[in-house]
Amino acid sequence: MQRAISAVTRRLVILIPYGWLLFFFLIPFLIVLRISMSTSAVAMPPYTPVFDWSEGWARIRSALSELSFDNYVWLAGDPLYLNAYLSSLWIALVSTALTLLIAYPMAYGMAKAPTTLRPTLVMLVILPFWTSFLIRVYAWIGILKPEGLFNQFLLSMGVIREPLIILNTNWAIYIGIVYCYLPFMVLPLYSALEKMDHSLTEAALDLGCTPIQAFWRVTFPLSLPGVIAGCLLVFIPAVGEFVIPDLLGGSETLMIGRTLWNEFNGNRDWPVSSAVAVVLLLLLVVPIMLFQTAQARAERAEREGR
Amino acid sequence: MKSLGIFRRSFAPWADPNAKPFISFRNVTKRFGDFTAVDNLSLDIYTREFFALLGGSGCGKSTLLRMLAGFEQPTSGEIMLDGQSLSGIPPYRRPVNMMFQSYALFPHMSVEKNIAFGLKQDGMPKTEIAERVAQMLKLVKLEAFAARKPHQLSGGQRQRVALARSLAKRPKVLLLDEPLGALDKKLREETQFELMDLQYELGLTFVVVTHDQEEAMTMSDRIAVMSHGRVIQVATPAEIYEAPNSRFVAEFIGDVNMIEGKVALEDGRSILRTAEGISVALPETLAEGQSVALAVRPEKLKVSRQQPEGAGVHAMRGEIWDIAYFGDMTVFHVKLPSGKIVKASSLNATRGVEDPFGYDEQIWVSFEPQAGIVLKG
Repeated sequence: MQRAISAVTRRLVILIPYGWLLFFFLIPFLIVLRISMSTSAVAMPPYTPVFDWSEGWARIRSALSELSFDNYVWLAGDPLYLNAYLSSLWIALVSTALTLLIAYPMAYGMAKAPTTLRPTLVMLVILPFWTSFLIRVYAWIGILKPEGLFNQFLLSMGVIREPLIILNTNWAIYIGIVYCYLPFMVLPLYSALEKMDHSLTEAALDLGCTPIQAFWRVTFPLSLPGVIAGCLLVFIPAVGEFVIPDLLGGSETLMIGRTLWNEFNGNRDWPVSSAVAVVLLLLLVVPIMLFQTAQARAERAEREGR
Repeated sequence: MKSLGIFRRSFAPWADPNAKPFISFRNVTKRFGDFTAVDNLSLDIYTREFFALLGGSGCGKSTLLRMLAGFEQPTSGEIMLDGQSLSGIPPYRRPVNMMFQSYALFPHMSVEKNIAFGLKQDGMPKTEIAERVAQMLKLVKLEAFAARKPHQLSGGQRQRVALARSLAKRPKVLLLDEPLGALDKKLREETQFELMDLQYELGLTFVVVTHDQEEAMTMSDRIAVMSHGRVIQVATPAEIYEAPNSRFVAEFIGDVNMIEGKVALEDGRSILRTAEGISVALPETLAEGQSVALAVRPEKLKVSRQQPEGAGVHAMRGEIWDIAYFGDMTVFHVKLPSGKIVKASSLNATRGVEDPFGYDEQIWVSFEPQAGIVLKG
């Protein structure tokens, strides 16, 4: 009896996260998917067909048959969307690389800091989250604009004569993304580096590596799980980022988040914007899932190899 | 004078005044902030020696080893290797290799790659690396495990990989930090002999750090007993055991009975008188009234019903207080009239005993004139 109860509780406990995913991810996704297969209409809601359960099964059946992949065909046909996707991927890639370059030395320094100091350093990394994301992005406008803090500093130092145009360029987007997503890169890197056995580095030195060689042959390969986790955490949201390119980027900056926003709010074309969102999801989630399955398979093969 | 210990050592460069030390610590001090880990220590180690640094935790033995490897720099003093000063030479340019206590195997590399690590770093040609790795795998009997990752090995196998990796570069000196610490008792005993054979075959100098006195006694040519950053005694295991130079060493290594007494003067010569009525002639003249102790190992005390006879044999009356039976031997705890309890061990050389001793029995404990050693400090 006791055992039966505990089995039931265990199922219930597992049910909670699955229920969460079902209600807040899978069902909304299915709704978006279904809208993406509708046609735009001047109506409320602004698409057809609408499933009306009151008119019986036959009506639903005919509504289902009206769904089509036309919007996806439309997306493929217009170079605007392809360019927006590519440009988003590129901007996210550059930003992720820059974030990694800045975050790695930070995480390394944190992991090598005295144990008593580490909690404070971790605290400092997550401290910016205590201020609104939007305010922090706005603050960057003040720093980067032609008469902003950064240009005034450079002018007063005599480094430049004319103010640099940074705001409303891709550079401003890179700076914004790097700044906002830095903690997401630092923390997984820190946790990977912090748990590393220091004697491994010593062993590498003992076997003839200079400190730099020891880093590349031992420390870096062992921190790869942290690097991958950090890159995914930055890259994925950066691809769909809307606020940063909207506030810091220029009018010609093409990013998919913005395109989606324009379709949705400007054109009121829910079906096309839904299709854009679904393609974005497939573009990001499918490669990651493939990567993870491959990794799990490699691990299993290794374990069974013994 | 009889020789100490029961086996003859043909290898004894430390006794040769012309022999040049291979490793020399010269007045080495190492401080970490206020803490002095190694205190003005001087020590010589010779080629092909199996040398043990023995002591409790925090005695400075590991710091000494890490300074030899180059991970720590002495605060003052100098370390010489083969006639050359090691000061300022980073670990990656020292002809020494270390086997770490945690083994420090690279988890992302196979056994083979771990062993080849140092060789690849030196830019050795690929074919030679493969040859050397195969040779090392054979040496530690792990040929079948070359492709495995460290986490797929048992503790004993990991220990062997660590050993093979540290030997692969053919270092002049191998440093071993608690090499057998993580192994269980049985495996540890087997591995001790393998290490000794390996050291002898390869003709290398081994410096091993250990807190396990039995391990140090079994494996090493000489032992340095350390405490609080200083070397208390450096000698062969037999000398350390049979002729400790201080109470600390006598008590640290093995079991010992300390029979306390005071120096008295008799016919112009110093003798030691104990509370139990034993008097022993002292080898040197000491101030009258000074407290000294006679250290007698339990196996040198004999328990008997009859008063023992023989020239110079010291005998005391006592009562059997406790008996500890270990199978191979029995330890009698004997209470002397003074209230002191001494331990006397005897080997159970026969299966049956005619008339065994019992609890509370009045007996004699005795020892030969040369069995005790007088300790001042």
